[in-house]
This record gives sequence, structure tokens and C-alpha cells, in this order.
Amino acid sequence: MRTRFQLGVLVLSVAALAACRQDMHDQPKFIPLRPSTFFSDGRSARPIIEGTVARGHLDEDTAYYTGKDANGKLVAEFPFAVTKEILLRGQNRFNIYCTPCHDYTGSGNGMVVQRGFRHPPSYHIDRLRNAPAGHFFDVITNGLGAMQDYSMQLTPEDRWAVAAYIRALQYSQEASINDVPAAERAQLGQGAAK
Amino acid sequence: MSQIFHHTANYIAKMSLVLLAALLLFAGWVMDRGSRSDFVTRAEMVREQPVPFSHAHHVGGMGLDCRYCHTSVEKSSFANIPPTKICMNCHSQIWLTSPTLEPVRASFRDNTSIRWTRVHDLPDFVYFNHSIHVAKGVGCETCHGRVDKMALTWQQNSLQMEWCLNCHRNPERYVRPREFITTMGYQPAGDQEEIGRKLVAEYHIQNPRTLTSCNTCHR
Repeated sequence: MRTRFQLGVLVLSVAALAACRQDMHDQPKFIPLRPSTFFSDGRSARPIIEGTVARGHLDEDTAYYTGKDANGKLVAEFPFAVTKEILLRGQNRFNIYCTPCHDYTGSGNGMVVQRGFRHPPSYHIDRLRNAPAGHFFDVITNGLGAMQDYSMQLTPEDRWAVAAYIRALQYSQEASINDVPAAERAQLGQGAAK
Repeated sequence: MSQIFHHTANYIAKMSLVLLAALLLFAGWVMDRGSRSDFVTRAEMVREQPVPFSHAHHVGGMGLDCRYCHTSVEKSSFANIPPTKICMNCHSQIWLTSPTLEPVRASFRDNTSIRWTRVHDLPDFVYFNHSIHVAKGVGCETCHGRVDKMALTWQQNSLQMEWCLNCHRNPERYVRPREFITTMGYQPAGDQEEIGRKLVAEYHIQNPRTLTSCNTCHR
């Protein structure tokens, strides 16, 4: 009788432990993208209602957050001082999000274009060389032609950084030997010679 | 009264004790190996997906950066599964009529979610944050393996606690410079431990005592 009781306790505790393990592994809580049966669309997270303003994101500076001035005209200059850090950040983001189509030089022969996507205009045409700085910000924010918008992938800061880097790419393709300080001209070509 | 058992029964009785001990040891060994096996951890096991998405094609072939799709990996605990809109950045024009991609187009048309099967599923009692790992120089490849060679996606490592601790005890053996975070097939330029020790100092990676504290991961 006693052994049977002990066996029963053992079996029950093992069963309890096994069940406990599963409960702890899969807790009744929602982690990102875990589905839900509660809402009809099957998502546990609710989409943000249009027009929602997050705390601290009133974004009143229209020039900075839309690339356009109060009259809806694209701003010609960058609404901040472009520093080397911003350009490097822009290069980093450009290489992730833009190069698949625009390629690393901005001529528009990226891998996805080579596989059949519509060829975007090169950055090195007069229309885009003369385009206001706000143009690039606006295209990243709202998309243009075949290009979807990248507002989800790039914050306004990053969009401006990418726009600044595009400007740098444009200058890089027009540079001449006279743009290089005389003292550093000797270094040119040495990397290739190594 | 004659004896019930033959005298050799003594040996059998003694041997059965030895055998029982051996059997218990063997059972222990099987459980130990078994709990670490790919069968239990589900490592290297391809999960079926609604669309047979190939990282080998997108990363290895096209050269997309991991962050092109997994946009939140640097900012959030979660390296998001890309929304259908990101698929449609390219597939609005490429492979337009492919029946394989019909679930993607349907998802975009109807604003419904594609129900991908989760490949890396940590237990809910583990606190894991992608952004801190990326910021401290743990490359994607270090945990996820050569994703650029996976035609269908599988989990490369066991994701068991002892596996996490390998790195939490000796981060210098695994970290890499931040600019190579998404690089696949990364080779350290020199001795890994030497570079690693420098990076541990530069990135202010905490000491193993803190990194292996229970509440670093279980909070």
C-alpha cells in the first residue's frame, strides 16, 4: 500500500514538472509577432491609428521632417550642418538600403536592377545634380515611381544623412585633380600600385 | 528440504547488480546526449514556410545586407520579420507572375499577415535583446551561421543555455569589429583572441561575472 502511494506521488510530480516546463517555455504573453486569436486579423499588436503623434514627436520643424518649407517648396539646402559623422552614417545607411538598386556609386546599376527592376536615373545627371537637397529627403520619405518609400527603414535623421551622402557621391563623380590638395596629390594612385 | 536455487544463482544475482549500474549509467549517457541532440534542440532542421524563402539567393546571390529586411535589429530586442511591403520593394516588378510568390502578393493585396513559421524560438523565460549584441560586436553569423548559404532557413545552433554561456564567459573569442556585423564568412585580421580582447575593452563589454549572472538573461 505504502509503495503504491509513493509511486503515485512520483508519477504525479513528474507529470507536474513536465507540464510546468512547457508553461514556462510558452507563457501566455505576447512577444513581438506572436499571433493572437483575439483579434480578427490574427495579430497580437494593433496597428497605429493614422495621425497618431508619439510623445516627443510633434515634429513641428516642417523643413526638417518633410524636406519642404511652409509653402510646400522643397528646401534647397540641408537644414543642419553636414559633418563627417553624418556623411559616414549616410554612407552606412546608403550601402544597406539604396545600393541594391542604385549601386555603390549611384549610377543605378544595382543587383536588383540587373535582375530586371526598372532602371532608376543615375544621380550624375544634371537634373539631379541641380535638385534641391529636400528632393532626396522627399523621395526617401514618400517614394517615387517604382521606388517604394523608405520611411519605415530610415528615420528622418538617417534620411537626411543619406541625402547628404548622395550629394557627396555626386561631387565624387565630378571631382578633378585640382580638388585634391597639392600636398596630397602624390598619394593618388599609390593604393593601386601596392 | 532441497535448495530452490542452484548455487550459480549467486553469480547471476551479483552480475545483475553490475548490469543494473551499467544500465543506469547508459541511460544517463543517453539522456545527456539526447538533450543536446539536434532532434531535441531542433537545430539544423528546416522548418516549412508558406513561401520557400531562400537566404542563399537574397544574401549570398544578391548581396543584400541583413538589415535591408531585418530593419529593427540595431534598435530593438527583436530582429523583425520584414513586413510584406519590404518584399514588394523588389517583387512589385521582379518575379511578378511567379506562383511561388502568390502568398506574398495576396498578403500585400488584402493587408493580411503571412504566417511564417518561427525558426528561432527561445523559451519565454529568457530575456534576449538583439540590439545590444549587435552593438557590442556579435556578428549575425556568430549565432545564425552562414545564412548566405541556407537555401531554406534553419537554426544553426542549439540555443541552449550552455551554448549562450560559451560566449558570455569568453566574449573575446567571438566578438568582431562593428563594421563587419553582417559580414558572412568573416575572417579576423590576425589573432581572434587578441583582437577580441581589444574590442571587449573598446566596446565596454561587461566582465564574465556580470555576463553570467542569472538575471542578465532571466529577469
